[in-house]
Amino acid sequence: MSTTESHVHGIGQSIKRKEDDRFIRGKGTYVDDISLPGMLHMAILRSPLAHAKLVSIDTTAAAALDGVVAVITGADLAAHNLAWMPTLSGDTQAVFVTDKVRFQGQEVAAVVAESAYVAYDALDLIEVEYDPLDVIVDPRKALEAGAPLIRDEKEDQTDNRCYHWESGDKGATDAAFAKAAVVVSLDTHYPRCHPAPLETCGIVADVNPATGKATLHLTSQAPHAHRTLFAIVAGLPEQNIQIKTPDIGGGFGNKVPIYPGYVAATAASLLIGRPVKWIESRSENLISTGFARDFHMSGDLALDNDGKMLALRVKLVSDNGAFFADAQPTKFRAGLFHIVTGSYDMPVAHIEADGAYTNKAPGGVAYRCSFRVTEASYLIERLVQNAAYELGTDPAALRFKNFIKPEQFPYKSATGFEYDSGDYPRALELALEQLGYNQLRQEQKKLREEGKLLGIGIASFTEVVGAGKSKEYDIAGLKMFDSAELRVHPTGKAILKIGVQTQGQGHETTFAQIVASELGIPSEDVVVQYGDTDNVPYGLGTYASRSTPVAGAATAVIARKLREKGRTLAAHLLEVSEEDLEWETDHFSVKGAPDKKVSIQDVAFAAYTNMPDGMEPGLEGVHYYDPPNMTYPFGSYLVAVEVDEGTGEWKVRRMVAVDDCGVRINPMIVEGQIHGGLTEGYAIAAMQLIDFDEEGNCIGGNFTDYLIPTAWETPHFETHETVTPSPHHPIGAKGVGESATVGSPAAYVNAVVDAVRHLGVTNIDMPVTSAKVWQAIQDAKT
Amino acid sequence: MFPSRFDYSAPDSLDEALATLGQRADETKVLAGGQSLIPLLKLRFAAPATLVDINRIPGLDVLEESNGHLRIGTLARHNQLAADSLVGRRYPTIASAAPQIADPLVRNLGTIGGSLAHGDPAGDWGSVMLALNAEVVVRGPTGERRIPIDDFLVDIFTTSLNEDEIVTEVLVPQPEGSFGGAYLKLERKVGDFATVGVAVHLELDGDTIARAGLGLTAVGSRNIKPTNAENALGGNKCSDELFAEAARLAAEAADPVSDVRGPATYKRAVVEAYVKRGLAEARDQARARAGRT
Amino acid sequence: MDINVTVNSKPTSADVEPRRLLVHWLRDDLRLTATHVGCDTTSCGACTVLVDGTPIKSCTLLAVQANGREVTTVEGLATNGQLHPIQAAFKEEHGLQCGFCTPGMMMVTAALLEKNEDPSEEDIRWAISGNICRCTGYQNIVKSVELAAGQIKAERADATTA
Ligand SMILES: Cc1cc2nc3c(=O)[nH]c(=O)nc-3n(C[C@H](O)[C@H](O)[C@H](O)COP(=O)(O)OP(=O)(O)OC[C@H]3O[C@@H](n4cnc5c(N)ncnc54)[C@H](O)[C@@H]3O)c2cc1C
Ligand code: FES
Ligand code: FES
Repeated sequence: MSTTESHVHGIGQSIKRKEDDRFIRGKGTYVDDISLPGMLHMAILRSPLAHAKLVSIDTTAAAALDGVVAVITGADLAAHNLAWMPTLSGDTQAVFVTDKVRFQGQEVAAVVAESAYVAYDALDLIEVEYDPLDVIVDPRKALEAGAPLIRDEKEDQTDNRCYHWESGDKGATDAAFAKAAVVVSLDTHYPRCHPAPLETCGIVADVNPATGKATLHLTSQAPHAHRTLFAIVAGLPEQNIQIKTPDIGGGFGNKVPIYPGYVAATAASLLIGRPVKWIESRSENLISTGFARDFHMSGDLALDNDGKMLALRVKLVSDNGAFFADAQPTKFRAGLFHIVTGSYDMPVAHIEADGAYTNKAPGGVAYRCSFRVTEASYLIERLVQNAAYELGTDPAALRFKNFIKPEQFPYKSATGFEYDSGDYPRALELALEQLGYNQLRQEQKKLREEGKLLGIGIASFTEVVGAGKSKEYDIAGLKMFDSAELRVHPTGKAILKIGVQTQGQGHETTFAQIVASELGIPSEDVVVQYGDTDNVPYGLGTYASRSTPVAGAATAVIARKLREKGRTLAAHLLEVSEEDLEWETDHFSVKGAPDKKVSIQDVAFAAYTNMPDGMEPGLEGVHYYDPPNMTYPFGSYLVAVEVDEGTGEWKVRRMVAVDDCGVRINPMIVEGQIHGGLTEGYAIAAMQLIDFDEEGNCIGGNFTDYLIPTAWETPHFETHETVTPSPHHPIGAKGVGESATVGSPAAYVNAVVDAVRHLGVTNIDMPVTSAKVWQAIQDAKT
Repeated sequence: MFPSRFDYSAPDSLDEALATLGQRADETKVLAGGQSLIPLLKLRFAAPATLVDINRIPGLDVLEESNGHLRIGTLARHNQLAADSLVGRRYPTIASAAPQIADPLVRNLGTIGGSLAHGDPAGDWGSVMLALNAEVVVRGPTGERRIPIDDFLVDIFTTSLNEDEIVTEVLVPQPEGSFGGAYLKLERKVGDFATVGVAVHLELDGDTIARAGLGLTAVGSRNIKPTNAENALGGNKCSDELFAEAARLAAEAADPVSDVRGPATYKRAVVEAYVKRGLAEARDQARARAGRT
Repeated sequence: MDINVTVNSKPTSADVEPRRLLVHWLRDDLRLTATHVGCDTTSCGACTVLVDGTPIKSCTLLAVQANGREVTTVEGLATNGQLHPIQAAFKEEHGLQCGFCTPGMMMVTAALLEKNEDPSEEDIRWAISGNICRCTGYQNIVKSVELAAGQIKAERADATTA
């Protein structure tokens, strides 16, 4: 496969994005831009308390307000059997509260009105009486005996445990620790944060009373899965549900789950017979929809005297909130956290995880992350740095010593992953060279003597993306394959329909490039469609960087299948046998006679006008791709920071990123994904936090508290690449949407800790605020 | 987010505005830049019956020196103060604070008068005006009052402005001798209110401090004027020890609470560090100015 | 209340409730949906438009306050179907991903380049610091603004020499 510049604008070329033409004109259509005739507006009343019995709701005044069409409570939903819905992790979640409130911001009632202004006026008129209950916000306390029971409605639930899960070999790990010369430990909390795409979630539900058809314009990263779940929740026939995703203003995992607002708006439209729009406010988005992370992790790393890693042991408690609604493969209750051995050749490992219900919003979404890989990567990269300090070696040297070597691939990890390909030393070497690591270490020493603080942090992460295979991976029972349908028209133009969903990643461009490379149709002649379940084949959606690894593969395979059919057509046109033909970029030619050729466009025309006898007409097909394995992108990130000892303020001086995501379909787009990911990594390390006080009040429920970095704080990134193709992926690509968010937080934190470790500081939990840095220095002094 | 209903008028004279305000002062709010008020309306934390928009009243955005003062019209926008060349030359504390307030878009609308009238202890202008010993000019049904800033700021979101009065101007004494000033603000990101802010103003006579002004942001229930620290500085010669002592006194005057931005001890430490740094910077500026003349 | 506003060079009259925010008037009444809403707290800048040439957050201005003024949105950037250099530059430099912040970013850029025809990276980062982007990490937005600045400058030079 060629990645050079070619007139078909295929793989490897940084062609400009097709989708931009509408966005730069302000002609994108996001869900809130949709306005249907007769459309009503819904607003949701949420609980101010985190744990409380619902005593009564009085909606009389609200219902009487001019312009109000309906007020919906939990009792109303219960009457239609819609008060509860299944989550993606096999739990149930209240749509609206019927018995008791389980987290602050939980949905209590909704108003449907002629305008959003009136809907909000009416919310003020609903009177709710609550009877407060004891609140639990710490998952470790939630798991203690005697803690107030949050899920008292579940029949066999007697405590707040939502799962227990183990991976690896406990016996072998304990034995390795018993023999270890050095054991390094780290207790850390990966704090709760939120993907917070700039567009919040929303729906325009349009249930046609005449036909019974439900058209749901929905901010969804997984339209087909949502259709199936809607069919199950609402009891609607699946063929009558059409999910249409408009342009989506970012997802990052936030738009994977189904939310109560979607269900309520659909129910409202069904009951009222008019379209109903519900657009979440920012605070609703932050306090009630899918949060991410919130893992309390204790890691122990065993090494011998030479710094060779012997074993890894992790105990973790996850805070799952009031409902277990993680969007992750069924079999793996802590996601893919067991990739925690990272980039290192770790003989044995054992992980023990307990999930806890607390009085917090549910979620646990894969926020720019492949199901908890981010937490895993953070823990191991922090541990490795502390191990280097403990051993008195350089953190880079310790990594080189323990990396899985290039010749060890495919590599079977202690917890059962089969890493497909990698060259970890090369990526770190390149990053060190680009940063000028050795000089910087010297400068660090010199500055320290002058009382100035400079720190260098490294993270050499390995990610795992592109779930399934379907034998192992499913979400809510739906196997994790994906699909592509390619229709080549007689004039040689094509439509590609894919089961994954774009939220800004540029699928309209990159997927056309795959077709261009595989089938020779210029990418500008390929229209990519997605996000309309009536129109595109079934797929599991876009999250966990699975679009390119799975749907990208499906696209390549179907294009190849059509090309093979094209070979038969070409042979027919050129009156030679198929074996005599060669494929080159966009045409078949006769071996040894390159002038005797037919273009893919000629072939396409023949498929409809001049096929050989007995051949099925047309040049169309669909392929469902079930990946043989996942892909393992990796890279090394280096961060240099300056820290102000007097105030704890820190600033990134340099950020060097080397990413290896296999073959890059569109390098420009890949780099854009990396910039975005590095920024979110910085944001998580520095400021993003959803916190709670003892009463369960959410702190971080708005952009004034949930801090998103601006261009001013965000570092300038220096990006570089190595390319190690995936051996099992049809085009060797690995997926890149998340690597940078997975890998970079540890690099930033390692850098800050590195700047102050000589003062005695060994850990600062994220977000690393200036106050925490200052406090850590004070604590170390005393 | 959707405000609840209110009436609205946009008079083009101050008298008319005062008259409308006077009708139901307890339920009426003056609308200036709207960058504090409208967010409150949207969240329905405030629901006045009437808004009086003063943006169409001519003359409320003056910015000039006269009678020993810099006259700043109440409608002077943060960005106007950040960009003004007179301010840049002669009022370094103002020039340094203005671009650190909120974000570039909010600064295009937010006004100095609205900011002071809002009485937010995390607001930056209060501290700057305390350091500069400014006065607030207000007009009410019975005429005009000049209120020293230290009396104007009372408590959290509380000022000595009466409900039926409108702020018209802020008067800043013109600096004398060689002077320097700075505003140091610790914020978590652009657009964030201060974790701690410190306003510093120095006037030097040779190397002796003729006048020192300080103001502290977000470390009490209103902006704080650490008078002990100012007094310790006044009449003394600049030295690192003196600045350290003043910084210690200023930290003592601060009365912060622990919150998401950090523990109280931390905020005190930042006050101390920033006062020291701010004084050094103001001194250097003053010396440079003295050198030039 | 009756208002008269020039929206993208077009005189526009309407009767609006005083409480109606400018952004809702533009989006829901005039159906100019390029201007977005991304937050509740005047924090994100997705709603940025120009009022008399000055960029402001249209979620924090009442429609009635715009009475008698000139409002420009992204829909008013292109002239006669011809992309504005800023629009072209955002596409060229991959200054957008999901596109939700993009209209706001382009409007602040327009105002910046009116005042500063040759901004440094620092100038640009400062000017766009009232606008949040969750996708791009800002770096390519900065590049887009630089490219647009160069383009506009070149066009002006052409215009003066011609
Ligand atoms: C995102 C964001 C970040 C911000 N960050 C900061 C910051 O870092 N530092 C900071 O200091 N501020 C900050 N602010 C607040 C901003 O500076 C406001 O502009 C300012 O506080 C209020 O000024 P205004 O003109 O907008 O007043 P308005 O919002 O119009 O009014 C505020 C209050 O003052 C009253 N008022 C206004 N003018 C008068 C008058 N002339 N006479 C009597 N009463 C009057 C109003 O009735 C109202 O009660 C921020 C605001 C936002 C939205
Ligand atoms: S919508 Fe976020 S600032 Fe206006
Ligand atoms: S491009 Fe998505 S928010 Fe900026």
